[in-house]
Amino acid sequence: MLSKKNKEALFNPLSKDNPVLVQILGICSTLAVTVSLEPAIVMGIAVIAVLAFSNVIISLIRNTIPTTIRIIVQLVVVAALVIIVQQFLMAYNYDVSKQLSVFIGLIITNCILMGRLEAFALNNKPWPSFLDGIGNGLGYAIILVIVAFFRELLGSGTVFGFQVIPQWCYDHGYENNGLMILPPMALITVACIIWVHRARNTELQEN
Amino acid sequence: MNKNSNIYQILYAAIMVLLVGVALAFVYMALKPKQDINVANDTRSQILSALLITASSESEIAATYDKYVTRDLLIDRAGNIIDSTKNAAFNVDMSKNVKLSDAERKLPVLECTLDDGSKKYVIPVYGAGLWGPIWGYVAVNADGNTIYGADFSHASETPGLGARITEDEFQLQFADKQLFIGDAFKSVSVMKKGQKPTDGSDYVDAISGATITSRGVSTMMSECLDDYEPFFKKLQQQ
Repeated sequence: MLSKKNKEALFNPLSKDNPVLVQILGICSTLAVTVSLEPAIVMGIAVIAVLAFSNVIISLIRNTIPTTIRIIVQLVVVAALVIIVQQFLMAYNYDVSKQLSVFIGLIITNCILMGRLEAFALNNKPWPSFLDGIGNGLGYAIILVIVAFFRELLGSGTVFGFQVIPQWCYDHGYENNGLMILPPMALITVACIIWVHRARNTELQEN
Repeated sequence: MNKNSNIYQILYAAIMVLLVGVALAFVYMALKPKQDINVANDTRSQILSALLITASSESEIAATYDKYVTRDLLIDRAGNIIDSTKNAAFNVDMSKNVKLSDAERKLPVLECTLDDGSKKYVIPVYGAGLWGPIWGYVAVNADGNTIYGADFSHASETPGLGARITEDEFQLQFADKQLFIGDAFKSVSVMKKGQKPTDGSDYVDAISGATITSRGVSTMMSECLDDYEPFFKKLQQQ
């Protein structure tokens, strides 16, 4: 089930080969959906699902795809899966689908997807591709959640919509940092996470 | 078989698109009923929000809506009621309704009674933003002149810019604005900060960086509410 190679496919993207921190892919949506935790988690799950299944589908048909139109084939598969995710959200979690509106559609343009399809699924069997999709999706989702946690906590004083910074802090002059809600602070938060990550993983540091 | 021959490629693409199309159509058909319920519920919560009432859960929204919205009216352009069956106004599809000719169009109004017994008239409005349609609900007091509250929604405006028409900060500005000056219908315009309408009519501040969407709201208000002028005048005389 989990040979050494498969384990690498699943666990490497969580830290050493993280799509956001190391490959610097999918930054655009990281900035957009991390104002609060709930949309970040839904977006993470949506990307995990789309990435895992598109990896499996492409891997299954990898030997039949004509190389000249492979990008188009990949796009059709990803777009179809994204539309299915969107339809499910509209049926079962309408508020979040309204909140994420354009961003769900933009999963299609998330660089992680095409990157993994090209780099992994086209050359590997379905099971490792599935694990690779889950791994990379999780790696992306983890960063999304960490960023969203800090942005929601410092920007709105809440976690999952629940007030965690007590009222007496506000009474004594504490203010929510409105800048945290804006995209630039997401970039700075991601940069801080990359900083900590590189400090702990010295082999990732460039000379 | 040569995978790079033209025939193989064309057949491959055609069959793939056909299969994907069938799969998507199936998913759409299967989920449509559930989505329709969600959309109807969302519409109810928007109407409640125009009445400055918030309800969160699905059952709460339905119950609150039934409690406050007492009568559905369809009126003609002279302000006469032509239909008052249940949900007659709620079921009007505004995107189609605004395209009908003036003679064909029936104007929906939702008559609401609040806790203090005061009557409000909620009027749906529909227009164009920057990227797609915008729509909203405007609650007018029984004097047929003063706005009580408003709620706006959009299909695909830019988050952080045009999409901010859904935020309270923008919507709450509409409360207590007057639609008429004396006998003349003026609507409420959305103006850039620092500007004012020259005729002295009421206005609200636009959203910075969302000029087209703000202008869209302004046009939507004046065009849609204009048809209701005779209805408002009848309310004023009562």
